[in-house]
Amino acid sequence: MKYVDEFRDGALARKLAAAIRAEVAPDRRYAFMEFCGGHTHAISRYGVTDLLPPNVRMIHGPGCPVCVLPIGRIDMAIRLASESGATIVTYGDCLRVPASGGLSLLKAKARGADIRMVYSAADALALAQKLPSRQVVFFAIGFETTTPPTALVIRQAQALGLDNFSVLCNHVLTPSAIMSILESPDVRELGTVPLDGFIGPAHVSTVIGSRPYDFFAEEYRKPVVIAGFEPLDVMQAVRMLVRQVNQGRAEVENEFTRAVTADGNRKAQALVAEVFELRRSFEWRGLGRVPYSALKIRRSFADFDAETRFGIDYLAVADNKACECGAILRGVKKPADCRIFGTVCTPENPIGSCMVSSEGACAAHYNFGRFRDVPVVAA
Amino acid sequence: MSGPIKKGYVRPLDLKHGRVDLGHGGGGRAMAQLIDEMFAAAFANEYLAPGDDGAVLPAPGAGERMVLATDAHVVSPLFFPGGDIGCLSVHGTVNDVAVMGARPLYLAAAFVLEEGFPLADLARIVRSMAAAARDAGVPVVTGDTKVVEQGKGDGVFITTTGVGALARGRDISGRGARPGDVVLVSGTLGDHGMAILSQREALGFETEIVSDTAALHRLVDDLLLAVPDVHVLRDPTRGGLATTLNEIAVQSGVGITLDEATIPIDAQVEAACEFLGLDPLYVANEGKLVAVVPGDRAAAALAALQAHPLGRRAAAIGEVSEDPNCFVQIRTAFGGRRMVDWLSGDQLPRIC
Repeated sequence: MKYVDEFRDGALARKLAAAIRAEVAPDRRYAFMEFCGGHTHAISRYGVTDLLPPNVRMIHGPGCPVCVLPIGRIDMAIRLASESGATIVTYGDCLRVPASGGLSLLKAKARGADIRMVYSAADALALAQKLPSRQVVFFAIGFETTTPPTALVIRQAQALGLDNFSVLCNHVLTPSAIMSILESPDVRELGTVPLDGFIGPAHVSTVIGSRPYDFFAEEYRKPVVIAGFEPLDVMQAVRMLVRQVNQGRAEVENEFTRAVTADGNRKAQALVAEVFELRRSFEWRGLGRVPYSALKIRRSFADFDAETRFGIDYLAVADNKACECGAILRGVKKPADCRIFGTVCTPENPIGSCMVSSEGACAAHYNFGRFRDVPVVAA
Repeated sequence: MSGPIKKGYVRPLDLKHGRVDLGHGGGGRAMAQLIDEMFAAAFANEYLAPGDDGAVLPAPGAGERMVLATDAHVVSPLFFPGGDIGCLSVHGTVNDVAVMGARPLYLAAAFVLEEGFPLADLARIVRSMAAAARDAGVPVVTGDTKVVEQGKGDGVFITTTGVGALARGRDISGRGARPGDVVLVSGTLGDHGMAILSQREALGFETEIVSDTAALHRLVDDLLLAVPDVHVLRDPTRGGLATTLNEIAVQSGVGITLDEATIPIDAQVEAACEFLGLDPLYVANEGKLVAVVPGDRAAAALAALQAHPLGRRAAAIGEVSEDPNCFVQIRTAFGGRRMVDWLSGDQLPRIC
């Protein structure tokens, strides 16, 4: 495939691997967190860890929008479909996220709720236009990448005067999640969790730019390298992080210059600011309540806010007690350290957030990497 | 199936504007006419001709055993690039019999029709099915038709059942893979699934991807002629190659390791999968064969596959090893290693 294969080239990967091996100090350990699920997926899908030296460890962060959705938010969507008779439309990944009572959107659909999958926010709006007699609710999720399209359809719905379209907004913010990890006691108390730097998001950064990360580099002395989602991008970012650590630097560097600028996409930012405002607090699976970490629809667009239109409230539901997602998301534990990993909690029956989408740390390890947990048998 | 209706009493089926109605499933004259003019006419053969409730078939040869396979077809859309539900329902069952190492002999077909379905579309489907049966040399010898109310079906569902004869001593089964065996595929993967997906309206992208739907029994014949001691044969339909290999690994109690760089995938399929966030290893095929053969017979098996028009892009893609965990793994072209696990739920697109 032209324009993509270049970033997955095995020969280049071997060269980069040799360069990284040559640069790491043999007597120290490096632990880097890739924030985004897209990076987690690339690392697992292409087997990137096999090309890294044993003293470089990748920690999978919370940047998988599906994984961080709390039970209570899915419950709201199910209530809207089953009690208010609304048509819920959302992205495919959301359908399997566990909700209360053993339900998920997929299981609610099997019980008769009208729940449909779309590929874009625009498709959701089009469906509302096609079904004028139905209340169509777009269950919007995602980080800064998927927020502008949601803002756009809300503005379009207002312009069209559509009275059967609304949005249940679950958009969350990357910098607040990184901050929450850096502020957690495990990471702050020296020595508990070594976290030497971050691989910064690819697509999110095309929207917000590289500037928002400056704070982490300066305040917390953690290097950040923004990288693309291809496996060679990840390896190049690791090399740049290793170099920063070795030289005692903590800066924001941009590996993904083919798409990311310092300022990001100003037009998209303006659009988001027009339609959304900060939520005082939002619950993340695994991280708990994080202040100012999510967006809600502004009052001037309240007609298109499903929470207002249907008057539904968020009811928090506790995660399973045995679930270690919180510790895994902060890098304190690995998926295999969790007692219920691969036994009670599997991709077919996810208990914790990290098992839900293939981009989650646990699901990625289960689907792609669990052969590493068992002794190797010679052929 | 019922006998012919006396000509002249009934106006022929209106194949241009007519639609299936509940009367076509009612057991009366309308049903008899549909069977006569639509099904019996298209499938015409000596076993169907008497019009009895079942077909009387000759017994297989001495020492041969019978293989029976059945497959329900509910594909949507009914017509897709490269085929339709009609030919698919023949190929699907012929292939299920063929990958047992058996010679497919006869098919039975059951149609569930939805009230209101255009007779013109039904005729297209039945003719395509008859042509596929004729090409395969496997006649449809008996059948059944039911009509369900509008909204209770999706146009047409077709269930086909196939009978085949298995030569004495032949033992091809998913349990047969042994460490040291080589895994072969007969061509590019994911063509059928992506051809179907590209037709779903919600996607709105255009490709020239064509379904690979085809009867594989002659390809199997050629392979078995060259390498009689093939251990496993499968057609990797729903769930794709990955699912089929996981089934084989568990059935045989072995591990399988693939080499990503050797797996044949059409450039358009690869691009469409990339675009939708799908993995072609999990996408359905309807005209591909997976063969597990002893390591020292791999070259001969590959040559036999490549010599057949349906196997031109055949490739050796991996090997079988000892593994009590029955894992399927892949050496990525990038230089790493990962599992190719069972699919969890449907393969849904990633969103970012």
